[in-house]
Amino acid sequence: MDSDLIRTLGPQVLTILLGRGADFAAAEDAVQEALVEAFVGWPDRPPRDPKAWLVTVAWRKFLDATRSEAARRRREETTAAEPVAGDVVDADESLTLYFLCAHPSLSPSSAVALTLRAVGGLTTRQIADAYLVPEATMAQRISRAKKTVSGERLTVPGDVATVLRTLYLVFNEGYSGDVDLAAEAIRLTRGLSEAVDHPEVAGLLALMLLHHARRPARTGPDGDLVPLAEQDRARWDTALIAEGVRVLQNALARDRLGEYQAQAAIAALHADAQTVEETDWVQIVEWYDELVALADTPVVRLNRAVAVGEADGPRAGLAALSDLDPSLPRYAAVEAHLRERDDDLAAAARLYVEAADRARDVAERNHLIKQAARIRERIQSRAWPPRD
Amino acid sequence: MAKYLMLKHYRGAPAARNDVPMSEWTPDEVTAHMQYMNDFAHRLVETGEFVASQALAPEGAWVQYGGEGKPPVTDGPFAETKDLIAGWMIIDVDTYDRAVELAGELSAAPGAGGRPLHEWLELRRFYDDVPGSDA
Repeated sequence: MDSDLIRTLGPQVLTILLGRGADFAAAEDAVQEALVEAFVGWPDRPPRDPKAWLVTVAWRKFLDATRSEAARRRREETTAAEPVAGDVVDADESLTLYFLCAHPSLSPSSAVALTLRAVGGLTTRQIADAYLVPEATMAQRISRAKKTVSGERLTVPGDVATVLRTLYLVFNEGYSGDVDLAAEAIRLTRGLSEAVDHPEVAGLLALMLLHHARRPARTGPDGDLVPLAEQDRARWDTALIAEGVRVLQNALARDRLGEYQAQAAIAALHADAQTVEETDWVQIVEWYDELVALADTPVVRLNRAVAVGEADGPRAGLAALSDLDPSLPRYAAVEAHLRERDDDLAAAARLYVEAADRARDVAERNHLIKQAARIRERIQSRAWPPRD
Repeated sequence: MAKYLMLKHYRGAPAARNDVPMSEWTPDEVTAHMQYMNDFAHRLVETGEFVASQALAPEGAWVQYGGEGKPPVTDGPFAETKDLIAGWMIIDVDTYDRAVELAGELSAAPGAGGRPLHEWLELRRFYDDVPGSDA
């Protein structure tokens, strides 16, 4: 059976059960059982309407599981009425699940796991593989998440910002088993953007597309980190960039700016430059100013300092940096880069080593150690100029 | 088959013979070192002796139960005196001699000047799994 169909139908059927008042955990179990039955039976006896079939079977499974007089009564009533074929409004269904899965009472990691499972239709094993944790651990995480949201009312409109944050968390997960989480996040955000009319949803979709387009150029053959300035721009995915820019322009045209649109605008300006020298740093700084106004975080200010350094020179960048806490992640790396451009090589070398010690992954650490080594070579070649 | 843990240390092991810190190598030397480590791991995958490996960040802290109703005690992120593990690799090999042989190879990873590091690796055997199991 088509696994894509399962991934699409599973969440839809789940939402219908929830809409009928089923408890989340019980509904999810029932849907899983129905999907297993479909997997076994459909190759020989394909149903006319797969979705209606699944709804009927899942609903029966749910009722069976409740094993009560009341449930039996409802089952009889329901069986008489089933199946109602097709034509349920998909958009509303998926929305309910999105908002449920990004419920504020869930921890970010629980929200991510539940969203991938219930909205994305991934199996527990696939999610566990993607996060490099044992399947039993992920099963527990999902089961705790289900318990947390069980009994939550699903009719209350949820918070788009929480949903977007959850999807962005999925996108930013670096690991990958047989599921590419970045691609999965894009798929889910596309689904959300078709269902909900909100410029920030489009903003996040554009941001993901633009980042994703650069991914082939971000790592070298040995898994080395290739910084933006040194990336082979021929390896960027121009079709994805074009789509990201189009989605972004439509969002910006609606004049309800948000932080994802602003971030996507910055990504679009990078993507727009044929060479690193053509980057429009002045406009990028302007977008960072918008971003600071919308979401003033130390990380945004740190990135702004980098842009200021490019637009107005390293001294201006260092001045922008001086207001920030030096213990911020990547602070030392940013200062090292600016010191080097300001020709303070000794400080740059020391700072690159410091940044390497604080790197968050091996690729980043190796990159920074090589930067330190490169600067020391520059220092030595100055002290002992090669004779010709 | 028995599993062994090979530990690389930032600090706490006897000094390597080619004891120039990585931050003072040339970029090519860093690349060569990483290549050697990757090739080594790949080769062990081929022979079926590789189990897992992971590098660890240099910052670590000692943590201790702080008492009833109190947060755990840490010694802060920049403790200077303790032994620090830089990374580990788990191998699954037929004999102790093979484990020693592989640790020797890993210790020969190139460092400054492209010469072997001769770093000291700590080699520790895992206890067998469940007594009576033939795993």
